[in-house]
Amino acid sequence: MPSARAQFFSGLRDTFPLLIGAAPFGIIYGVLAIGAGIPVILAQAISLIVFAGSAQFIAAQLIGAGASGLVIVLTTFIINLRHALYSASMAPYVKELPRAWKWVLSYLLTDEAFAVAIAHYRENSGERNRHWYFFGAGVALWGTWQASTAVGIFLGTEIPREWSLDFTLALSFIALLVPVLRSRADVITALVGGMVAVAAFGLPYKLGLILAAFCGISAGMLAWRLRK
Amino acid sequence: MNLWLVVIVAGVLTFLIRLSFISLLANWGMPPLVQRALGFVPPAVMSAIVFPELLVRDSQFAASMDNHRLIAGAIAILVAWRFKKIMPTIVVGMAALWLLQWLAP
Repeated sequence: MPSARAQFFSGLRDTFPLLIGAAPFGIIYGVLAIGAGIPVILAQAISLIVFAGSAQFIAAQLIGAGASGLVIVLTTFIINLRHALYSASMAPYVKELPRAWKWVLSYLLTDEAFAVAIAHYRENSGERNRHWYFFGAGVALWGTWQASTAVGIFLGTEIPREWSLDFTLALSFIALLVPVLRSRADVITALVGGMVAVAAFGLPYKLGLILAAFCGISAGMLAWRLRK
Repeated sequence: MNLWLVVIVAGVLTFLIRLSFISLLANWGMPPLVQRALGFVPPAVMSAIVFPELLVRDSQFAASMDNHRLIAGAIAILVAWRFKKIMPTIVVGMAALWLLQWLAP
């Protein structure tokens, strides 16, 4: 049986390839946050408190556009709802752990940590100390996220606006979006969500994103119901 | 508006979502319909962010060849679709935007 220490370090090690992908996002977030006029300390604190890449990107954009607090909270809530899926998939593996462990692992439950940890849980059934592996993966991603945010904040205060680095927001989401379009229903969801977002761009309080998300998800559900 | 309060509320909600089935709703299963709907959240939200970034300039609908971000974004979509890699998509898209801005400022 691997020791807690061995599990922790294999979690760290197996996450390494993902860190190379996560670090640029942290840097981009930092640049966007400073570009949106968020103070340095708050920009870093968002990475600590929210710790969710895509939600932070959007929050930075909304804050820059002067959206209301309620819209910022609602939008991040919708973007992060997918974590409920991870929580449900992870639940059977961590149900025997003490509450403190559940809280720490939940805080660390990002897209990447989930992907690495769930694979390990499934491939090593019955092994003890697997939560230490999850913890190792989470710590690696957490440290990388905080450090890369700091680098981005530094760059954001140095790089002039003419470089159009805010475009990395759209590019990052293109890079994440295209590979998740696996079924026809996914494509319909994306098209409807995107078109509603454009049509609703002028809506007050930046409510367009929330409306677009609802329309896109409903269209996807309908397409899935009517499939074949 | 106190941004700190907004961030803390957003952070606590994010944490509660992650904790949901691990602790708060541990004795509940997720209904299959909800599970299906949650699977559509990423494509819906991400394209709702991407489309306006490419198609709206200065609060106006801008589906024209002069819209550098639309052209550069379309190139990035092709790269993402063909190679399914994050960094090349961002690098090529950014390079395309800079090139277009340099050619036709």
